[in-house]
Amino acid sequence: MTSALISRAFQAVLVVLAMTVIVFIGIHAIGDPVDILISPLADQAERDRMVATFGTGDPLWQQYARFLGAAMHGNLGNSFVYNEPALGIILERLPATLELAIAALILAVAIGIPLGLYCGLRPDSPASRVIMATSILGFSLPGFWVGLMLIMLFAVQLGWLPSTGRGETMTLFGVRWSFLTRDGLAHLLLPALNLALFKISMVLRLTRAGVRETVSMDFIKYARARGLSPARIVGVHILKNIMIPLVTIIGMEFGSTVAFAIVTETVFAWPGIGKLIIDSINVLDRPVIVAYLMTVVVLFVFVNFTVDVAYTALDPRARRRKAAA
Amino acid sequence: MSAVIAAPARRRLADSPGMQVLRQVARSKSALLGLVVLAAIVLAALFAGVIAPQDPYDLTQLDILDGTLPPGSKASAGFTYLLGSDPQGRDMLSAILYGLRISLGVGVGSAIIACIVGATLGLIAAYAGPRTEAALMRLVDLQLSFPSILVALMILAVLGKGVANVMIALVLVEWAYYARVARASALVERSREYIEAAECLAVPRWRVVARHLLPNCLPPLIVIATMQVARAISLEATLSFLGLGVPVTEPSLGLLISNGYSHMMSGKYWISFYPGIALLVTIVAINLVGDRLRDVLNPRALK
Repeated sequence: MTSALISRAFQAVLVVLAMTVIVFIGIHAIGDPVDILISPLADQAERDRMVATFGTGDPLWQQYARFLGAAMHGNLGNSFVYNEPALGIILERLPATLELAIAALILAVAIGIPLGLYCGLRPDSPASRVIMATSILGFSLPGFWVGLMLIMLFAVQLGWLPSTGRGETMTLFGVRWSFLTRDGLAHLLLPALNLALFKISMVLRLTRAGVRETVSMDFIKYARARGLSPARIVGVHILKNIMIPLVTIIGMEFGSTVAFAIVTETVFAWPGIGKLIIDSINVLDRPVIVAYLMTVVVLFVFVNFTVDVAYTALDPRARRRKAAA
Repeated sequence: MSAVIAAPARRRLADSPGMQVLRQVARSKSALLGLVVLAAIVLAALFAGVIAPQDPYDLTQLDILDGTLPPGSKASAGFTYLLGSDPQGRDMLSAILYGLRISLGVGVGSAIIACIVGATLGLIAAYAGPRTEAALMRLVDLQLSFPSILVALMILAVLGKGVANVMIALVLVEWAYYARVARASALVERSREYIEAAECLAVPRWRVVARHLLPNCLPPLIVIATMQVARAISLEATLSFLGLGVPVTEPSLGLLISNGYSHMMSGKYWISFYPGIALLVTIVAINLVGDRLRDVLNPRALK
């Protein structure tokens, strides 16, 4: 167990390192920051001074070593636009994105699992067919367009919910949150639903498949034979068994939820890191792009690592398999 | 060696494997519907120049006084704006037909290139030594562990806008799926007797792979490719919506939707709504056909 843990941790660090190389080379390929920042009227001396400040005249590997060394100290450079530490800007906006992503996952679980249970237990009922057909739409609909339509229906036509922004926030542990106020919750609902749509379909289908597989197993038949109530059979025996793969996938999906928040945040003008990265790409604010990518990569690797460890710790079968191997 | 075997009677087109699969696909009602809709969409995109009431990118045909008219309004040029017009007086129906060309072209083009690249690398992984295989497959795992949109975003941030750049990004996002599938099916097929027979006849290795192995690995690749066309179209639309995809001079459906975004708040829904419907119908039609293709080409799933 411990050796597996260490080897997984080692792999995770390797992935992060590999990504620093890819990000660094990629960013380098965009062009020289001096060309973007320098005033068109600057003379050669001014230009040389800037090249010396940024160190862009040095060999690539030296620049990389310097980048990595600074990154270890949490320094990813100052934003060209805000003239503040790029990492600080990212971390300041990260809570908004995390709030949105977590709200989306909660919605996905709260809607997906009950519907999936129903479809799995009554696969031939008309309602199940309708739900399953609708879930195909969840996979097919382009997220950004659904977001636009949600705004059009609920904000423009019906006027029930606000269309954009975060609304009133409340500070807790030094961070501003939307979900603590009524107004903030109203602002959160549409973007979270938009981001959750794909995940709802996914959770629904996974739950349904898991239920259908489990229902025909002997221990369920035995539980029925013992005369247990259907509620107990579903709530305890079936749910417990389908929960393990479900929790794993939902955990793994957290990273992609943060990534796809880029789209939702752009549609709903939600001030998280997704909207920031699009703005930064448009103005070529290099340090912020780098800081975003590194933050997301670290977040990703950390979540996958945690899910992996949790999976082995939670599932007795996986633990035994690892021990036997 | 003189060939004494009589040339086989020319096979009829209707008996070719492709037609047989097509007939089986059409046996499912939903897949048939998808197939018909898809054929109509492709034809509409191909003949956009003939069907469309106006050429939306010929500035002489646009009248700014006809800007943002709701669906059903009469244009000053005489035709009716069936789906409304945009602020420049552009007929949305025409813009959608022309946009379909770009969306379909980018989607199908990138899927084909990614399939060729991915399948080649997958077959190399299956046939090359364990080191190459391990390296290639680790790369596939690494790539697939990151969401497609993030990878595409990074690539486009480096390359900049443009139809060709979007296609490069999509190919780089998609190749890993094909590589994984090609390798998996090549590993299964490799141990079959017909491959052994070909190897015993001292058929050169490249010929074994290209003429014997590859055709038998094709069915799963075709299924993946169909699904990936839908994903590529959706991803391209998303990237264009974010302003990182195609340039304004070559608007795809995603860019049309993006253009309507600012007008939606004032209730002018049609500029975003109808291109989205076109996008949705295209993607659903492809997925319906792909779902059925998977059942037909994978006998294990049918049982």
